[in-house]
Amino acid sequence: MKFYRIAALIQRHGYLYQRSAPRLMEIFFWPLVDLFVWGFITLYFAQSQIALPRFVTFFLGALILWDILYRAQQGISISFLEEVWSKNLLNLFVSPMRPSEFLIALMTISVVKMLAAGLVSAAIAWFCYSFNVFLIGISLIPFVLNLLVMGWAIGIVSMSAILRYGQQAEVLAWGLGFLIQPFAAVFYPVSVLPEWIQPIARIIPASHIFEGMRSVLETGRIPYQELVIAMVLNAVYLSASIYFFYYNLRVVKDKGLLLHRGVE
Amino acid sequence: MGKRVIEVNNLTKSFDGTLAVNDISFSIEQGEIFGFLGPNGAGKTTLIQLLLGLITPTSGTIQILGMDLQKNREAILSQVNFSSTYISMPSSLTLSENLLVFAKLYGVADAQKKIDSLLSLFEIDRLKFTPTSHLSSGQMTRLTLAKALLNAPKILFLDEPTASLDPDIADKTRTLLKAIRHENKMTILYTSHNMKEMQEISDRIVFLNQGKIIACGTPNEIIKNFDGENLEDVFLKVARGHAS
Repeated sequence: MKFYRIAALIQRHGYLYQRSAPRLMEIFFWPLVDLFVWGFITLYFAQSQIALPRFVTFFLGALILWDILYRAQQGISISFLEEVWSKNLLNLFVSPMRPSEFLIALMTISVVKMLAAGLVSAAIAWFCYSFNVFLIGISLIPFVLNLLVMGWAIGIVSMSAILRYGQQAEVLAWGLGFLIQPFAAVFYPVSVLPEWIQPIARIIPASHIFEGMRSVLETGRIPYQELVIAMVLNAVYLSASIYFFYYNLRVVKDKGLLLHRGVE
Repeated sequence: MGKRVIEVNNLTKSFDGTLAVNDISFSIEQGEIFGFLGPNGAGKTTLIQLLLGLITPTSGTIQILGMDLQKNREAILSQVNFSSTYISMPSSLTLSENLLVFAKLYGVADAQKKIDSLLSLFEIDRLKFTPTSHLSSGQMTRLTLAKALLNAPKILFLDEPTASLDPDIADKTRTLLKAIRHENKMTILYTSHNMKEMQEISDRIVFLNQGKIIACGTPNEIIKNFDGENLEDVFLKVARGHAS
């Protein structure tokens, strides 16, 4: 493993975001739109006296944390697509770069994107709604780390599918996270879901994080059990996603698809 | 006889039962310019991808710089490079930024100096701070060639390197490649559909058809073998199935 190669891959994306307004908007625009639209709706509920207790807090907290997961996922899948779109993939794969270095670079980029979007969202929530996400306290750190890891796992799976199936799988870069969202108990507790869906929700790490967040905001207690379950599930999914990536890379090399991915 | 830098033995690649490369063996010596020739679908691109480790062989072995490609991918790829008309580079980055990223990927020492000299060599130094999206296809080809020379490779793979260049720049590029080959004892593997160019630049040529080597030798030997007037004549005979 050579850190200068990882640094080179990160620097390439640094140059890109430095000068591309649309790419910067992709990081900040949608989280802000979400925050404004849903933030004002929850404010309206609260002011109309029809809100559930702590509804605004739950909702805004969920919005910010969900976006952390989504940005982490996009940090991997969109950064990979940037290489496909710019027909740069072959240049990378004929270099001495190891696939593991490629993965680590993409993970690092996703941390930067997540931090940038998360901090701006937190600031907007504070200024517009007087919501302080840091009220979640020390457990915010394991919450964010778990969402980051789950985002990586989803990102690596969507990237692997794009590597294998090409343009027809590109939609996964945007859609896979949202496919999981209804079962991840982001904006409502797992108990709201129909009984047969609840076991599905329980095997999604994010559902334990969002349940945990609501527990912290309601009772102030850190939900250690939820955190441990989320960590174990994330460890399994991240390992499985990395295996999935290497498996698909083998298939792509066997079928001679890298050239197609590199020039399509 | 020079040092062998590439040795291919009984290499076969099949895709879902279709043989793209069929039990071929050849070797290339240091400092040679070695051309791959053949009609579309002959297996040239597959062969180059096999030699770059982008495709896993079905059977056979590839030794590059004395090492097995499957086992020493990283060590080999740090000493070779590749340029093709069909690939590009990130369009938002300037030429200098793109080359700097690749210089770092290849661990090039004194990267900025090397970049400046390559940009100047390919006459695109005035575009150093221009976004790559503003380049013409010929300028892009020169940029990818500059990228391919960043790590002073011992072996250079060029897939139709002059396809989008005007005759002047194409001629300069060929002259340059020949000069670099002499100075650095670089081995160059070359594909092109420009028969005149292949005849002019190649020391030896492998003629592929339907995944098999049908001839290997100097351009003159191949022309003589097929009783042709020039390489283009030979190519047409092979492509139209008139070769004996």
